[in-house]
Amino acid sequence: MGGGLPRKEDPALVTGRANWTDNIQLPGMLHLALLRSPFAHAKVTHLDVSGALDRPGVVAAFTGEDLADEWPGGVPCAAVVTEEQNTPFQAPIVTDEARYMGDVVAVVLATDRYKAQDALESIEVDYEPLGVVVDMESALEEGSPLVHEELGTNECFTFTAGVGNVDELFDKTDDPDDQAAAARAPDVQGEGDTDAAFAKANVVIKERYIQQRLLPTAIEPRATVAFQDPGHNGYVVYSATQVPHLAKIVLSLATGIPENEIRVVAPDVGGGFGSKLNVYREEILALVLAKKLGTPVKFNEDRSENYQATIHGRGQIQDIELAATSEGRILGLRVKLLDDMGAYLQLLTPAISVSGAAMFPGVYTFDAFSIEIKGVFTNLTPTDAYRGAGRPEAAYAIERAVDSLARKLDMDPAEVRRKNFYEPFDEPTETPGGLQYDSMNMQAAMDRLVELADYEGLRREQQQRRENNDPVQLGLGFSTYTEICGLGPSQALAGLGLGGGGWEAANVRMLVTGKVEVATGTSPHGQGHETSWAQIAADALGVTPDDVVVIHGDTAAVPFGRDTYGSRSLAVGGIAVHLACEKVVDKAKKIAAHMLEAAEDDLEFEGGKFSVAGSPDQNVSIQDVAGGAYLGADIPEGMEPTLNENMTFDPPNFTFPFGAHLCVTEVDTETGKAWVRDYYAVDDCGPVINPIIVDGQLHGGLAQGIAQALYEGVIYSEEGNLMTGSMVDYMIPGAPELPNFTLDRTVTPSPSNPLGVKGVGEAGTIGSPPAVMNSIIDALSPLGVKHMDMPALPMRVWNAIQDAQGNAAASGEYDAALGSREADVKQEGRSEEK
Amino acid sequence: MIPVAFDYEVAESVDHAIELLGQHGEDAKLIAGGHSLIPIMRLRLAAPSVLIDLDRLDDLNYVRDEGDHLAIGAMTRHRDVHYNELVREHCGILGYTAGLLGDPSVQHRGTLGGTLAHGDPAGDMPSVISALEGTIVVKGPDGERTVGASDFFKDYLFTDLDEQEVVTEVRVPKLSSDTGWSYKKFSRRSQDWAIVGVAAVVEKSNGNIDSARIGLTSMGSTPIRATATEQALSGASPDQVAEAANSADEGTSPGTDDAASAEFRRHLARVWTRRAIEEALNR
Repeated sequence: MGGGLPRKEDPALVTGRANWTDNIQLPGMLHLALLRSPFAHAKVTHLDVSGALDRPGVVAAFTGEDLADEWPGGVPCAAVVTEEQNTPFQAPIVTDEARYMGDVVAVVLATDRYKAQDALESIEVDYEPLGVVVDMESALEEGSPLVHEELGTNECFTFTAGVGNVDELFDKTDDPDDQAAAARAPDVQGEGDTDAAFAKANVVIKERYIQQRLLPTAIEPRATVAFQDPGHNGYVVYSATQVPHLAKIVLSLATGIPENEIRVVAPDVGGGFGSKLNVYREEILALVLAKKLGTPVKFNEDRSENYQATIHGRGQIQDIELAATSEGRILGLRVKLLDDMGAYLQLLTPAISVSGAAMFPGVYTFDAFSIEIKGVFTNLTPTDAYRGAGRPEAAYAIERAVDSLARKLDMDPAEVRRKNFYEPFDEPTETPGGLQYDSMNMQAAMDRLVELADYEGLRREQQQRRENNDPVQLGLGFSTYTEICGLGPSQALAGLGLGGGGWEAANVRMLVTGKVEVATGTSPHGQGHETSWAQIAADALGVTPDDVVVIHGDTAAVPFGRDTYGSRSLAVGGIAVHLACEKVVDKAKKIAAHMLEAAEDDLEFEGGKFSVAGSPDQNVSIQDVAGGAYLGADIPEGMEPTLNENMTFDPPNFTFPFGAHLCVTEVDTETGKAWVRDYYAVDDCGPVINPIIVDGQLHGGLAQGIAQALYEGVIYSEEGNLMTGSMVDYMIPGAPELPNFTLDRTVTPSPSNPLGVKGVGEAGTIGSPPAVMNSIIDALSPLGVKHMDMPALPMRVWNAIQDAQGNAAASGEYDAALGSREADVKQEGRSEEK
Repeated sequence: MIPVAFDYEVAESVDHAIELLGQHGEDAKLIAGGHSLIPIMRLRLAAPSVLIDLDRLDDLNYVRDEGDHLAIGAMTRHRDVHYNELVREHCGILGYTAGLLGDPSVQHRGTLGGTLAHGDPAGDMPSVISALEGTIVVKGPDGERTVGASDFFKDYLFTDLDEQEVVTEVRVPKLSSDTGWSYKKFSRRSQDWAIVGVAAVVEKSNGNIDSARIGLTSMGSTPIRATATEQALSGASPDQVAEAANSADEGTSPGTDDAASAEFRRHLARVWTRRAIEEALNR
C-alpha cells in the first residue's frame, strides 16, 4: 500500500476492450425507445400506439395502462427524511399526465435502436398543457400550479435541525452596526451561554446563494439489458449502474418479482458521479418487458435523453446568515434551504440536502446553528446525488460566507479562517451540526497551502495589477472544507432517513494455487478498486498485487454489499477486504503451525512466509499453506478446509477528510472572462493506498468543481423546456479550460477504521467551487463586486462589474436576457450585509 | 442523437456531384466533412433524404501559389490548411484560424469549402475570408463562376450557391510583409462557436495604418465587415485605434442567446476589435 501502482483497469479501458452494457448482444434482443413528453406539464388526452406497430421492425408498443399491473411499487424512493414527507407514486410510464419534459408517455420495442426511435413518430398523442412551475419560491406560493394535484401542495418536506437558540441571535442583532445591539445583551442573558453569545454578535453576513442544477454527464450514458435466465427461474439485468445490490432490491420492490429471482450485473461502467446511484424507470421497463415478451430487451439512452431524463444534481436556493464578533470569531449560523426535488422523488432525492445539513458549519467551531430545509416539487427533471451530494452545497455556503465576513471586517480571508478552526484533534469531537468529526488538523493543511502557493507573493502580484489598473485582474480564493465520507454506520444512516445498512462486505479466498480472489460488495465504475483492493490484499497476505484478482458488480458472484457512492468504498469496503485478509492470515497461521509442528505463538509472518521465531529456516509460504488448506489432508483437526474468509464491516463512525484549497484566477475586466491560472490543493484523506488514484480523483473532482463555478449550469425556459439539452449548450469544460493542479497532502489518520483511511472521491468537487468564486469576487472587489452566482460565465461576470460600477442602464438588458432563461434561479442572488 | 434514415451517395468527381444533386433534387445535401451537418442531423433538426459525400474528391485537396493569391481546394481539411507552409508564409490569418476551429477531430475532418458553404455566421472562416476579401469558386451544371466573399454569404445558413452548385476552390490574397493580421475569437470554451470573433487585416506604412479590413463573427445573420471602424482607421495612427474600435458594432445586428445578449456582443465586438487591431499592428 502507498505505492503508485498503475491502474489494472486502464489497458482495457484505453484500448476500447471494456465490456460495456451496450456491447451486450443477445439473440432476439429487442430495443426499447421511449416517447417522452415535450411539455413540462400536460394531460395526455389521447394516446394511440397502434401506428407504431405498422413501422418496419417494430414488435410491440405499450402505454402506461397496458403495463400498470407490472409495477405495483412504482419507482421506489428509499429516503424518508420526515414523517410527513410527501412521496408521490412514480409510474415508469405515466397514465394521466406528464410532469416534466422527458416524462415517459409510451414505449416501442423494435429489432434495432434506429427503427424503434423512428417508430415513435407514428404514435398518436394529444396533450392538454397544464400550468407549469419551474421556480421553487413560486411553487410554494398560494395558487401555484401543482406538480401533483393529489398532494394539494408542492412542498415535499420540511426538515429542521440545530443547536442553540439561533433565532435569538439574529433577531437581537438585526442592526449589527448599532452598538445598542450589544446593549440589549441583558435581555437574553441567563438563558444559557449561547444566548449571551448571540447578543454580543456585532457583524451579521446575510446572503443568498444559488446552487444551479448540474448535469452529471457520465461518459457512458445509461444502458440496461434484461432477459429471462433460460436455465433458471429468474431474470438477469445487466445495467450501467453504481448500485447492483440496491438495484436488485428496488427492482424486486417495483415489480413484485421476488428478490432471489433477480440477478443484477454491473459490467464495466463508464462513470456515474451519483447519476447511476439510482434505479430508473427505464431499468424497471427493460425488466418487465423482458418478462412480458419473453425476449431480451435493451435500453440504451442517447445524450439528449441523458440530459433530459437522467437525474440532475444540486438545485438549491441557500439563504445563509452568519453572526460573528468584530474580531472575526464566528458565533452562529442560520441556514434556510429550498431544495428542488424536480417532478418525482428518485432513489434518494429528499436525502441529498438533508444528509448535507450537518455539514454547513464546516471546519469552524461555534455554538449556535440551525437549519431548515424545504423540499419542493417542480415540473423539472428529478434531482438526486451528484458528486458530493449535499456536501458541496454546504461547503460552498459557509466558505462564501466566511469570505464575505473577511471582506466586511477587512481581514485576510486566511486569518478569519484560522481564528475559527478547531484545535487539532484525533478523537471524535462533537460539532454544531450534531456529528462527531473523527480527526482534523486544519492548521497543518493551511500552513502547507500558503507555503506551497507562495500566498504572500501572490498577494503582491495582485496588488501590482491593481495599482497598474491592469485589465486582467488577479483573484485569490480560499476554501477550507471538511466532508462526511465512509457511509456509514448503519445506525447513523437510519437517523438520516436512509433506513440503515451502511456496512460493506468482502470475501477473500486464497486458491489452491496460491492465487487470490477478492470478491467485494463495492461496485467501482472508474474508481480503480481492482487495483486498490489488490494492493490492500497483497499487503495483508504477503503476495503481489498481480497475484490478486478483484471480482465485483455481480450479485450472483460477490457477497451482498452496499455498492459504491459517497466516497465510501475504501473506508468501508476496503476495510472489509483488509479485515477478511487478516482472517485468512489468522487461519493460515494455525495451519502453518500445524505443518511446521510449531506453536502458533512462535510463528512470524513476513513477506508471505510463516517462520518460527529464531529459526528462519523453518518456514512455509502462505501459498503452500493454501494448497494444504484446500487439500484438507493435513490441517488441524476439526478445522474447515480452504482459506476462504468473509468479513462484514460496519464502521463505528463516518470519516471526515478535510483540506485547504487556494484558487488563483485571472479575470479580464473588459470582457468578463475568468479563468483559473493556478490551483493549489492540500488535502487530507488519511493514509493513501495508491497516490496515482488519489491524485486522479482530485484532478477529476477539482475539474468538476471548477466546472460548476465557471461553466456548467442547467437552463430551463419558463415553460420548463430544457435549453441546455446537448453538449453544445451545456458547458462541460475540456482540458484547455482547466489549469495544472498543484497538489499536496497532509496525513491525519481516521480513528474510524483500522487503516485510518477516509475517502477522496468527492473532495475536489466539494473544495473547489467556493475557492473559485471567492477568487473571482476577490479579483473584482476593488471594482465594488461583492457577490456573484455560479457559473461565472463571461456575461454574468461582466454584468456584475457593470452593476457594481453603477452602469445600471447597460446591465438591465443583460439581466433580462439572463432572467428569461434562468427560470429556476429567478431570484437573482443578492449580497446583503446587515 | 439518432438521425432519420437517409440514403448515401458517393461523388466520384465534381461533375458527378453536380449530377447527383440534379438527380435527387432539393432533399439532397452535400457532405464535405460533416462536422456541422451530422450534429444537426443527429438532433433531427435536419433530415436530408440523401447525403452526397464529397469525401473522395482528393483533387479538391490542395494549396497552390497562383502569383498574387493562394488557391485552396474546397476539400482541404482545416488541419491541412493550418499546417500548410504556403498558407503560413503568405496568409497567416487563415492558417492560424484553421487551428482554432472546434477541436482536433473537427479540424481533421472538416473542410474549408464545407464551412463556407454551410454559411454559419458563428463560423470563424466566413469572417476571415470576408476580411481577406477572398473569392469562392463554385461549379454547377452551367459551368464555373467566382463569387466575392461579400456576395457569397446571403443570410443565416444561406449562401449564393444554387441548388446544383458545388464549392470547388477558395482564393485568398497573399499578404505582404507590411500587412498585419489577427483573429480574436471570444468563446466560453475553446471548442465552442465564437460568441464574437474579429478578423483584422491591416496594411501598415511607417508605423501608421494605411487601411484595415475587419470581419466580424456572430454579429448578424452573415459575416459582417466593420465598415465604420475600417473608415476611421484609414490613414490612422496607432493611438487612434481605441476610438476607431468604438464603432466596430455599427451596422451589425447581433442576436441574444444563452451565451450573450446583443448588447454584450456589441461590447465584445468593440473591445475585441481594438485588441485585434493592436495585435495586427504588432505582427
